[in-house]
Amino acid sequence: MAGLVYFSSRSGNTARFVQALGGPAQRIAVAMDAPLPMPLAPFVLVCPTYADGTGRGAVPKQVIRFLNDPVRRGLIRGVIAGGNRNFGATFARAGDVIARKCNIPVLYRFELAGSETDIARVRAGLNTFWGMVCLTTA
Amino acid sequence: MKDIAQTRPVPRAINWNRLQDDKDLEVWNRLTVNFWLPEKVPLSNDVQSWATLRPEERELTIRVFTGLTLLDTIQNTIGAPAMLPDVQTPHEEAVLTNIAFMEAVHARSYSSVFATLCSSKEVDQAFRWSEENPHLQAKAAKILGEYAAGADPLKRKIASVFLESFLFYSGFYLPMYWSSRGKLTNTADLIRLIIRDEAIHGYYIGYKFQRATETLPETRRQELKDFAFALMFDLYEIEAHYSEALYDGIGLTEDVKAFLHYNANKALQNLGYEALFPPAACEVNPAILAALSPDSENHDFFSGSGSSYVIGKAVATEDEDWDF
Repeated sequence: MAGLVYFSSRSGNTARFVQALGGPAQRIAVAMDAPLPMPLAPFVLVCPTYADGTGRGAVPKQVIRFLNDPVRRGLIRGVIAGGNRNFGATFARAGDVIARKCNIPVLYRFELAGSETDIARVRAGLNTFWGMVCLTTA
Repeated sequence: MKDIAQTRPVPRAINWNRLQDDKDLEVWNRLTVNFWLPEKVPLSNDVQSWATLRPEERELTIRVFTGLTLLDTIQNTIGAPAMLPDVQTPHEEAVLTNIAFMEAVHARSYSSVFATLCSSKEVDQAFRWSEENPHLQAKAAKILGEYAAGADPLKRKIASVFLESFLFYSGFYLPMYWSSRGKLTNTADLIRLIIRDEAIHGYYIGYKFQRATETLPETRRQELKDFAFALMFDLYEIEAHYSEALYDGIGLTEDVKAFLHYNANKALQNLGYEALFPPAACEVNPAILAALSPDSENHDFFSGSGSSYVIGKAVATEDEDWDF
């Protein structure tokens, strides 16, 4: 199974979600001048949403910087988006933006740091998903 | 002159170009972009729909809205200002004053709904009810106790997050329920604007709480966590009684309680804590979830609804259009 790359601001919600999932995960740092992870294998991105009421600014700048590199972008296979349903139509919008830009599926949406149910679904889902990805790329 | 200079800190002008915490500007920007007033929502389009509600449903709705008005009033005049002396940055002070003002807008909005839909007699009765209802008064008293002068500033933040992210939801349930049945849909639009604001408030205050506690000794952190869970238990008990008193009549209490459990867990997550209620207790009616985030994309791969997705092997975007 390949790994996860994730961004989490200092509120730590996405970091707690990824930690609860377990497994290998590389973090995109909050500091804009920090070195970026350089994944060598296909990965799934876990990304929170920071959209305003109109949906602008959904994807954190740090994640844009990470994906602006074609090599890294070539390895992304799916996105799992964090958010809060209380933001209405823009709930987990970062997932939709990244999916469209990278031509990859939104694998899952979760709120804040995720629930027990979310963790179980994503663990099972990732196992199945990586199996499918291996079959299609073999 | 010299004495004054020694005893009083130098008044400092706020400089938004020198941030100690980027989150302050991020949240300030989000709150100001999201600014709204009730006049923006065409509430009068709900007049016909209001007339289709039975008298007891109308009474319930007005009571629920007076209960929400009370919480907004408390947060506007006491809760948010009470956190000002304990800020960690000058920018946090500015954000808190924005939060305080928006709570006044929220409280004012319910009166717009009343003025549009209800008779002043019905409304006066409901305000009287809000002053006499023991459960509503109990939750107000519990929160105000934590806001009181001399109270622990970190426990004040905990109480504030619970007000913003938990206590409103026994009330927010009802307009989401009406909206899911195609009723009072404009009022629901207004409530969604309030819900959006409260989500940012709870997130931000919870974030500042986490920042303030990360350097504290373990014993103090544990004390705060024990306090938070104990306060949540107490508030939950009050909320359960409050919900029964309001919703037993239309048979929705159990549905409301699932929504309370779900929101209690989210409030705890805002403080950086784990969930209290197990998943089985948090299965919110899907119609209510859909009413919370209408038009949001809900099909995803792992939930099974996205099985027709084609997995893209190569990435087709150009670098230029990615630079957004």
